[in-house]
Amino acid sequence: MSAVEILRFALRGLLANRLRSGLTMLGIMIGVAAVILLVAVGQGAADSITSNIARLGSNTLTVSQAFGGGLRAIGPGGGPGQRGEGRRPGATGPRTQAKELSLADARALADPAAAPSVRSVSPVVVAQSQTATYEGASHEIGQLVGTYPSYFEATNKPVAKGGYFVNDDVLAARKIVVIGQTVAEALFGTVDPIGRQITITGVPFTVVGVLKETGSQGVQDGDDIAIAPLPAVQQSLTGFGALDQIVVQAKDADSVNAAEAEITAILNERHGITGTASPDYRIQNQEALRETVASAVGTFTVLLAAVAAISLLVGGIGITNIMLVTVTERTREIGIRKAIGASRGAILGQFLAEATMLSLVGGLFGVAVGVLGSQFTIAGVRPVVVPSSIVLALGVSLAIGLFFGSYPANRAAKLRPIEALRHE
Amino acid sequence: MSAAAAPPPVLDVRNVTKVYGRGETEVRALRGVSLTVERGDYVAIMGASGSGKSTLMNILGCLDVPTSGRYLIDGTDVGTLDDRQLALLRNRKIGFVFQSFNLIPRMSALENVELPLAYGGVRPAERRRRALAALERVGLAERVHHEPNELSGGQQQRVAVARALVTAPALLLADEPTGNLDTKATADVLDVLDRLSAAGRTIVLITHEDDVAEHAKRVIRLVDGEIVDDRRQVAVHEPPPRLRVTAGAAGTGVPE
Repeated sequence: MSAVEILRFALRGLLANRLRSGLTMLGIMIGVAAVILLVAVGQGAADSITSNIARLGSNTLTVSQAFGGGLRAIGPGGGPGQRGEGRRPGATGPRTQAKELSLADARALADPAAAPSVRSVSPVVVAQSQTATYEGASHEIGQLVGTYPSYFEATNKPVAKGGYFVNDDVLAARKIVVIGQTVAEALFGTVDPIGRQITITGVPFTVVGVLKETGSQGVQDGDDIAIAPLPAVQQSLTGFGALDQIVVQAKDADSVNAAEAEITAILNERHGITGTASPDYRIQNQEALRETVASAVGTFTVLLAAVAAISLLVGGIGITNIMLVTVTERTREIGIRKAIGASRGAILGQFLAEATMLSLVGGLFGVAVGVLGSQFTIAGVRPVVVPSSIVLALGVSLAIGLFFGSYPANRAAKLRPIEALRHE
Repeated sequence: MSAAAAPPPVLDVRNVTKVYGRGETEVRALRGVSLTVERGDYVAIMGASGSGKSTLMNILGCLDVPTSGRYLIDGTDVGTLDDRQLALLRNRKIGFVFQSFNLIPRMSALENVELPLAYGGVRPAERRRRALAALERVGLAERVHHEPNELSGGQQQRVAVARALVTAPALLLADEPTGNLDTKATADVLDVLDRLSAAGRTIVLITHEDDVAEHAKRVIRLVDGEIVDDRRQVAVHEPPPRLRVTAGAAGTGVPE
């Protein structure tokens, strides 16, 4: 009794009940397809979130003022810059020696000797809710940012139309501005804004560029923004006080953590922070954010896969059920086969092969459906098929066939011929 | 190990009993049956229903196990065999013909006949050749590709006979082979059995019809699980008494 022979018997058994075999396979197919598809959706979601975060700027660290004293709330997932805070319980109220972030700090960070991992440094001042007008149209700009040209690259804000401002413009404190899509639409509508003059809180600025649309980022509209040279904003709107942020771009993804260490060292020295004293600034690490989000999405993907795995399990139980029915229905046939000399192994092999075929063929169809389904956008997510999920789902479906088929097959094989023959 | 002894009898049943159920519901189907059947014999076991003849047949065919007693086929003690060896024994030494044919549905006559050979590990080409030869022997050479539901009862039973003898077993067991057949089909099947007997095959059949029993060389009567009569009609080496002599081959019309 060769393996080919056993497979032929099994195939014959399955074809004798096409509808039933088909429905059983459908159960496994749905399970396998669900695993592949849901894992792909999870992966797609993870990829899209990761790329959204990357859009915020790659390899960037944001240094900002740490306000207040000991009771200052530590933001959720706050940057690693808050490490090593050995704050004394009694220390409340603003520290007298707290220093604000200054342009000099920014220049110190740009020192290639002290901070070799830093690629660019952009000092930033932000003026919130500034009213801009153009020929009677008025719009309150969410954020007016005064900075250096390197800011565009560090925060990944390319222009769609027009150009950027350059270092010369910064030195000359020229009143020029690059505006976001929301601002452009509110003030200009369909008119081309390039070269036109708008008035921001009474100060005239010339529009030189329009940013590419970034899409909404949380509650804040990422396109409701205007970016101008740092001194221009300081002169006319914020004054030459402290910086709100210093955006630092590291050389590459691997040097982000090194850059963070260098920034910490430089600022600690400049701000006179030693030992256990808590720093008066904080550093937000984009990479750390990405990791946090990625692990959250990973959990989400595992959850989806678990749901899919349950449906695969249900499919497996379907196989057991149908095999039990088959064995019961064919008890007499099993008796005949045993009476003419079929060994226990041959009977076991035949029914196990039937169960395995059901699950394997169902699994293959499931892979086809899963991969095909992954070509479509589902709930706004473009699924990304994970090859290991295909292997896993197929492997599991095969194992399910063997495992769930073994009980009915064993029962068939163990029947005594006379009992099987008497069965009606 | 007795030197120059005759080959062991094909069947050697020693004081076999079979009890179904327990206590109040105990039924003693066989109450100590002893029986030997020599090679080439043609035995009919007769008895009313409930006489234990089917129970005996199932034990002879290794489909059931006796409650006590020994049973040897071709000198092999069946009681000592494990599951796998029993399967091999059923495959090689015994051909079983059932009252209700018991062909496997949705398999052609040829495939049904090939099945024991498949389980016996015979190669496909050889299997086909032997199955076709067996079908020809029962006169069904033209219907090899028909499925059981396309065959008449007599034809189905002849396929079953072909399946039983295709492995060239030492013993052909037939459990009321004509019980479900009309007169014409009965004659056909018995004719096949007679000719097999004439060719030297050992046959044990069960029946409750005297007409059928008359074909055998030896008739055993079973009443309430005991042998009450053992009558020899024809000597073992002679042809069966009702062998139909085909025209042109008078006397020695032994097909082979």
